[in-house]
Amino acid sequence: MAIVPNPYKTTGFLGWIDDRFPLTKLWKDHLSEYYAPKNFNFWYYFGSLALLVLVNQLITGIVLTMHYKPGAETAFDSVEYIMRDVPWGNIIRYMHSTGASAFFIVVFMHMYRGLLYGSYKKPRELIWVFGALIFLVLMAEAFCGYVLPWGNMSYWGAQVIISLFGTIPVIGPDVVIWVQGDYSPADATLNRLFSLHVIALPFVLVGLVVAHLIALHEVGSNNPDGVEIKKHKDKATGIPLDGIPFHPYYTVKDIVGVTVFLMIFAGIIFWAPDGGGYFLEKPNFTPASAINTPEHITPAWYFGSFYAILRATPPLFGSALPGVIAMFGAVLVIFFVPWLDRSPVKSIRYKGPLFKIALTLFTIAFIALSYYGMQPPSPLGKLVSQIGSVVYFLFFFLMPVYTKMDSYKTEPERVTHDAH
Amino acid sequence: MSTEGVDTSRRRFLTLATTGMGVVGGAAVVWPFLASLRPSAKAQAAGAPVTVDLTAVEPGQKLSVTWRGKAVWVVRRTPEMVASLDKVTADLTDPESKSSLQPAYVKGAGRSIKPDVLVTIGNCTHLGCIPTFRPEHPAPDIHPHWEGGFFCPCHGSKFDLAGRVYKGSPAPVNLVIPPHRFASDLSVVIGEDQA
Amino acid sequence: MTLTKILASGLLALAGIGASGAALASSGGAELQYFRADTGNLPSLQRGARDFMAYCSGCHGLKYLRYNRLAQDLQIPEELLKANLMFTSEKPGDTIVSALPKNAADWFGAQPPDLSLTARSRGAEWVYTYLQSFYLDPSRPLGVNNTVLPGASMPHVLWELQGLQAKVEHHGEAAAEGEHGAKPFELVQKGKLSPEEYKKFVGDLTNFLVYAAEPGRNHRIAFGWKVLAFLSVFFVLAYALKKEYWKDVH
Repeated sequence: MAIVPNPYKTTGFLGWIDDRFPLTKLWKDHLSEYYAPKNFNFWYYFGSLALLVLVNQLITGIVLTMHYKPGAETAFDSVEYIMRDVPWGNIIRYMHSTGASAFFIVVFMHMYRGLLYGSYKKPRELIWVFGALIFLVLMAEAFCGYVLPWGNMSYWGAQVIISLFGTIPVIGPDVVIWVQGDYSPADATLNRLFSLHVIALPFVLVGLVVAHLIALHEVGSNNPDGVEIKKHKDKATGIPLDGIPFHPYYTVKDIVGVTVFLMIFAGIIFWAPDGGGYFLEKPNFTPASAINTPEHITPAWYFGSFYAILRATPPLFGSALPGVIAMFGAVLVIFFVPWLDRSPVKSIRYKGPLFKIALTLFTIAFIALSYYGMQPPSPLGKLVSQIGSVVYFLFFFLMPVYTKMDSYKTEPERVTHDAH
Repeated sequence: MSTEGVDTSRRRFLTLATTGMGVVGGAAVVWPFLASLRPSAKAQAAGAPVTVDLTAVEPGQKLSVTWRGKAVWVVRRTPEMVASLDKVTADLTDPESKSSLQPAYVKGAGRSIKPDVLVTIGNCTHLGCIPTFRPEHPAPDIHPHWEGGFFCPCHGSKFDLAGRVYKGSPAPVNLVIPPHRFASDLSVVIGEDQA
Repeated sequence: MTLTKILASGLLALAGIGASGAALASSGGAELQYFRADTGNLPSLQRGARDFMAYCSGCHGLKYLRYNRLAQDLQIPEELLKANLMFTSEKPGDTIVSALPKNAADWFGAQPPDLSLTARSRGAEWVYTYLQSFYLDPSRPLGVNNTVLPGASMPHVLWELQGLQAKVEHHGEAAAEGEHGAKPFELVQKGKLSPEEYKKFVGDLTNFLVYAAEPGRNHRIAFGWKVLAFLSVFFVLAYALKKEYWKDVH
């Protein structure tokens, strides 16, 4: 039976493959003939950097799993075993622990880019939704990983976060015990979080990243001007006039970005792997203890903002449920941004002052929340967190109003770009 | 976008140089991951050299110790046992241990530093079973010219009192001699080389 | 409002977060003394190791640190190690456990903690200040207390070296002027070492505990320079390559 020749006219071994598997097609569709706008700026490095950090986490994670022993009696010792007895173990562990923080820095910047240039707007709503799902899974993944060393901060972090389920009316306390598999965070809890951390969540995460990229390459990338490059194509070739093939132009550009990122990343790994007590907390160098709470139980820095919202929300009838709802709401509301923004233009470059003010206030609120979420409770911290929480939610809830009321400048037909 | 007036040789050089350096960097990143799979300091500590005191071992007796998770035999050979080694040469596969594993300082038919002390790993070179010590002789049930040695119950491999394999055994080579040295006359350190 | 401003405000806030991180350590209200560990100072580490074995290892272990690792990192010959440092074990591959039995809590009221990670969980400055902050307190079972860890059940093992000191109570104006200038202790009985010598002694011990908390520290920093050197050269190439290709984009 004759095979229909592949449309790329490849021959030899590659031809044999292409007749059976779309290798050349994948290469062309996603790299050499994927046309990206030529005016990407600084903010557009963070997508490829997120992918890089994901790969870093997967590879270092696989090796760490070979040496780590889950279990309340063995986990802490096995982490020190990795740090001291395993050849290069300390570097690999620091790559993983620093990678967790780097992941959030990169993803926060990546999401912020989306807000700046309206990358979530039609037809890119699903890219944003997949991205928000990635963020949600990433938070779960980070929490599980945080617990694994079974230091005292791990233990009490697990205690506090799992207690959140206890605020569910009626069944809450039973749910907590079910989640823990014990009456307090214990061996069973650690083992199930290990399973989630190394199997279930990475599996979901990688799947979502693939979906995120497929959706992106279906509709094409947005850009800092927020104009669709597909509107102006070369009549003969059908190639967008403002588009350049991702490979080689953005591969060589991203290599530069990756190198700069790696220099900063290496700087932290080799000179400050503790991150000043924010990447590896001091109390986590003492083993988990059910009778000694660390002086200040603070979340990992990347959860600071959401934790601040939790603490800032007043209880209702003695229940912390409103705080828990607010905290999860703060993540859920991100999903709806594509439908909340009613502005006729995408990019902040052409949006009016109302959006710029709103985004500025949101930025300040988010940073203030992140800061006070990590501080011990104080009256000032509570006040700032409460104002910050209100600003956080108003940024989203009022978005349909202020983006509709706002003035705007007409988008250019073509992207603005200065050749260097 | 246009590719007019491109200096292709410069472009090719930079591409090659960056790729080359990237490959080197990638390999350098792979190295620590592979190296991390070697025995850890803990495994090395557990596999540290073992010192065996021979004062309690009577001539003609065998002592089993564990080193790096393997059975190691220390046999104190009597003068008769040492003398018997030359009697079986014709029946052996590799009497001079040319294709067998042993340290360079272990010489002769006795495969030992001192004639009266044999140190050998107790795993049959066929499939790793532990042969039994059969010093008594003659033993026609084992071999017509048996002068004492080791008999593997799994597949019938036969070794003499220097761990040398008899012809016709499934085991291809002699028993393995581990690195060892004498700390004093009656104290042998297994796992450290003789200076 | 420009993007630059938004970014700048964000970076400022982040810098603020970083700066405040240092003050988090708990110290019983006592002010911690400045101490910067130098694990590259081998003689200091060797003195610290010797002093730890002599004064501390009777009660405290370093259960994650192996003798042979210590000897290798601190360049101590094996004979010296076996003769002077290995009190609780004969195998160089063993970890440094204390000589105390498991029921030591019956004697002290608490099991003396393992010190493998103390310099990381408490911080070097905490250790450094703690060892200098024992003072006479008749209300305690062992007659001494510590301002950094009030109610500690540890005796002042180093009193022969430091001597004995009493807490100075600052009243009224002196207290109001702030605690920075005022000395918290005065020496009531001299020890074998002068106050300066004792400070240096404690510095060596602290330095050693910083090493013990992360034996890979020196290697990690040394390796970091190589990584950065590689990346710097690679950056130049990658940047030139990017410039070259982007000549096409007008």
